[in-house]
Amino acid sequence: MPGEAPSVQEEHMKILIVDDSFVMRKTIEKCAEAIMITEIFTASNGRIALELFEKERPALVTLDITMPEMDGLSCLDAIVKIDPHVKVIVITALKDSATGLSAVRRGAKGFLPKPFTHDQLREELMNVIGG
Amino acid sequence: MSEQELRCFIDVVVRYFTEVTGEPCEMGVPYVKDASPVISDYTGLIGISGSRKGAIYITSPREMLAAVTSVILGEETPAEEYIIDMAGEIANTIAGNVRETFGSSFMISVPIVIKGAPEDVLFRLAPPVFIIPLKWRNCSSYLVVGLE
Repeated sequence: MPGEAPSVQEEHMKILIVDDSFVMRKTIEKCAEAIMITEIFTASNGRIALELFEKERPALVTLDITMPEMDGLSCLDAIVKIDPHVKVIVITALKDSATGLSAVRRGAKGFLPKPFTHDQLREELMNVIGG
Repeated sequence: MSEQELRCFIDVVVRYFTEVTGEPCEMGVPYVKDASPVISDYTGLIGISGSRKGAIYITSPREMLAAVTSVILGEETPAEEYIIDMAGEIANTIAGNVRETFGSSFMISVPIVIKGAPEDVLFRLAPPVFIIPLKWRNCSSYLVVGLE
């Protein structure tokens, strides 16, 4: 339908949003809701994220890198070890290409540098879900 | 710090406000910090280690942080915790983005948000410390860069 926002077709898709910023978590949460992802979990660091991941087994994870207690890349390694099929999008301010390459080599399916627009975020989420 | 490195910070700040809010900020002329204080309501501070050592911080009025948060979240009156968090997120994004120029060995800490005077932090930075003034929606903010 013209003008209708794209949405997730898969029923009950779970997303885990990991970022130490309240604003970033809320921004990604709103975008996930807009594409009809209804089961949303959030974590402010890698350690909490790992606990939630083991318990909830989300199909999709957005992961910041620079966080207290456990950074995003260490968390990514642990998550991929638990579920090699998980779709992880690394969303970080670390804009250098080496960081992006490192994330992809470790198993991330997407990489979105901050700052991003709402459209870029939605597109990245849809691309990774669809892929 | 070279002129090119200073230019990189300016470009990153301009890009940040343009992409996040859709409204560019006006950049002032950078200058070397003297004895006069550079303090606003909230300061987002990032420690730098690795190839360079020091800190970067951005000190901003609450009004500006509230307006940026409002644009990002699409909420007219965002909660105070989000407004305070914004100070750290802006600093984090600027420090992370300059790695495009400074390289991957330019290591950044998690952000610390300070309410009020950050001058004790500044005193520990090795001179010269550069101040880059900026204005967004008539609110004045200052990016402070002290790198060895």
